[in-house]
Amino acid sequence: MITAGIDVGSITAKAAVLADGKILGTRIIFTGYNSEAAGGKVYEELLEELGLERSAVSRVISTGYGRRSVKFVDKSMTEIICHGTGAHYLNPRIRSVIDIGGQDSKVIVLDDKGKVKNFAMNDKCAAGTGRFLEVMARALEVDLDGFGALSLKAGNPSGISSLCTVFAESEVISLISRGERRENIIAGIHESIAARIAAMANRVGIIPPVVMTGGVAKNIGVVAALQKKLEMTVEVSEYAQVNGAIGGAVLAVGLK
Amino acid sequence: MKKMPEIMLFFLAKIKKLILHLRKKKRMKDIMMVYYMEAKSARISRRKVAWITSGGPVEPLIAMDVIPVYPENHGAMIGASKMGTDLCEKAESMGYSSDLCSYACSDIACATVNGGPIGGLPRPDMLICCNNICGTVLKWYEIQARYFNVPLFIFDTPFCHMGYTQEARKYVRRQLDEYVIFLEEACGRKMDQDRLKVVGKLSVEGQRLWQAVLDTAANRPAPMTAFDAFYHLALIVTLRGTPLVIDYYTQLLEKMKDRVARGIGAIPNERYRLLWDNIPIWPRTRWLSEKLASHDACLVADTYTSAWCGTLKYIDENNFFESMAEAYTRIYLNIGIDEMARIVLALVDKYKVDGLLMHSNRSCKPYSLGQYDIRKIVEKERGIPCMIIEADMLDERSFSESQVSTRIDAFMEIIKERKGG
Repeated sequence: MITAGIDVGSITAKAAVLADGKILGTRIIFTGYNSEAAGGKVYEELLEELGLERSAVSRVISTGYGRRSVKFVDKSMTEIICHGTGAHYLNPRIRSVIDIGGQDSKVIVLDDKGKVKNFAMNDKCAAGTGRFLEVMARALEVDLDGFGALSLKAGNPSGISSLCTVFAESEVISLISRGERRENIIAGIHESIAARIAAMANRVGIIPPVVMTGGVAKNIGVVAALQKKLEMTVEVSEYAQVNGAIGGAVLAVGLK
Repeated sequence: MKKMPEIMLFFLAKIKKLILHLRKKKRMKDIMMVYYMEAKSARISRRKVAWITSGGPVEPLIAMDVIPVYPENHGAMIGASKMGTDLCEKAESMGYSSDLCSYACSDIACATVNGGPIGGLPRPDMLICCNNICGTVLKWYEIQARYFNVPLFIFDTPFCHMGYTQEARKYVRRQLDEYVIFLEEACGRKMDQDRLKVVGKLSVEGQRLWQAVLDTAANRPAPMTAFDAFYHLALIVTLRGTPLVIDYYTQLLEKMKDRVARGIGAIPNERYRLLWDNIPIWPRTRWLSEKLASHDACLVADTYTSAWCGTLKYIDENNFFESMAEAYTRIYLNIGIDEMARIVLALVDKYKVDGLLMHSNRSCKPYSLGQYDIRKIVEKERGIPCMIIEADMLDERSFSESQVSTRIDAFMEIIKERKGG
């Protein structure tokens, strides 16, 4: 059976197609302003790449903030259950998932069968999310992809104390004007994100092994800061960013 | 100037006629309209108006024929009519912090502009502030006492971490005597002790009936939801101690019993039962009730509406005045977290709920403090999923629909999975 998952996030839209439990392919595009179109587009492009017709796919599940805007799917499910399922599918040993996406971050604790036991999400504000990092990268005039590697060179991470993205940005700007090294500022940003996530993880009762998913998992600096703060190994799979879409495709198999 | 009394008499006659007409009706809307009309025309009918906190001892006021008015009930009305954010902004422009309670802010702002859904509350002749619900009310009522230049009585109920000490008993009981003296001075006449006894009995009866109404939701399917309770609550809060409350809840109880007998549920397809904690998100109650119903989830009980009958065990109806001190001191918001958790666990069992939905209310610190501990206790003791959503009872600026929506969807996914649905 062929199933698909579509994860429409605030920054990127992801799709994954599974055939008999194996990943056939995945795709990522920018969401842009039209989340409905993005969900359809990423799915169409992936099917084309795989040489599949829509009719070949038995069932589709959508997830992410734009999940309800994708009208042609069989069901919409939340990112929480999709990320949990995706992480369990990729590695059945995993008991906790840290997902940092564009506008929210969450910690999901799984039972030994991969079912969601508990979860916590960031409060009203979007500090410590992908969007937060984007704002900081702009202020520092550094490409976001270079963020991780740069921060590992830091000698003395700067202290970033504000929880508010806008205030944190002005903290960063004042550090720049004081001549602070970029690496140190970036490392400080990563530490502030890690501190926020760790508090959430401890509140919800994180259990190792831990995997990190979502676009921010590509940032090696955030992963390193999280490991240090949590005093635990944080694994990252090559499918981190499409983990939610994969989870959707896995859940679609079991749809009644 | 000479014509003034005639005009006043004319209006009084008009209002009385309308009130008599509406009194024949038994709907909540009409009852509340009569209540506010009487309060607003109190000056012409030569009655006194007292503003009182929601958990305050109202029975002595009723016995003195003083009309009690509740800024917090008014706050709920402001929230439900989505007028809270504007009034909070008005309070902020007056210099009040946006971190303050949104009931307090909207009331303080409303008094200066006669805003809100009913054009402001009637001017008070006195203020009765009982701090069993929070500490904010002290400053809030002081501000209003200065603004209206009226006397303020503070009824101080010490926090009961565990039990009720002899010192607290004496301290609170003595304030009841001072309260009566305050009222006698404000009204210029003596308290009628026999009348107070009658009012006390009516208050107890009203609370028992309210409890019986809430109890009907223990049935499956529940004939009413907590959202219905939020609506029907107005009378036990505002008119406790009057026969009106007895009539209304007697009828409501009959209606609910009839629904139970006929197996009629409050939502079309009740599959999951939830317990609510904290004050409702007033501007969003409809949205939330539809959201939950779309998941076949029924909010069957809550810690909020049950607080108005939660201390019946401390009241001796034959000795109401003596026992009310303890009842007013040991309310849900004035007790330790362990005791709060015991009450929540009892509700979980009584209403057989599948999950606990907690509203971390930006405005209400005493209600929201301890929720993470209570959540842990409930998860450990009963093993049901619990979730906290962040919002505000009145201020829509503290509400993010997509975030709350995702949390509720995920919460329901977990409950469905556990129940095998």
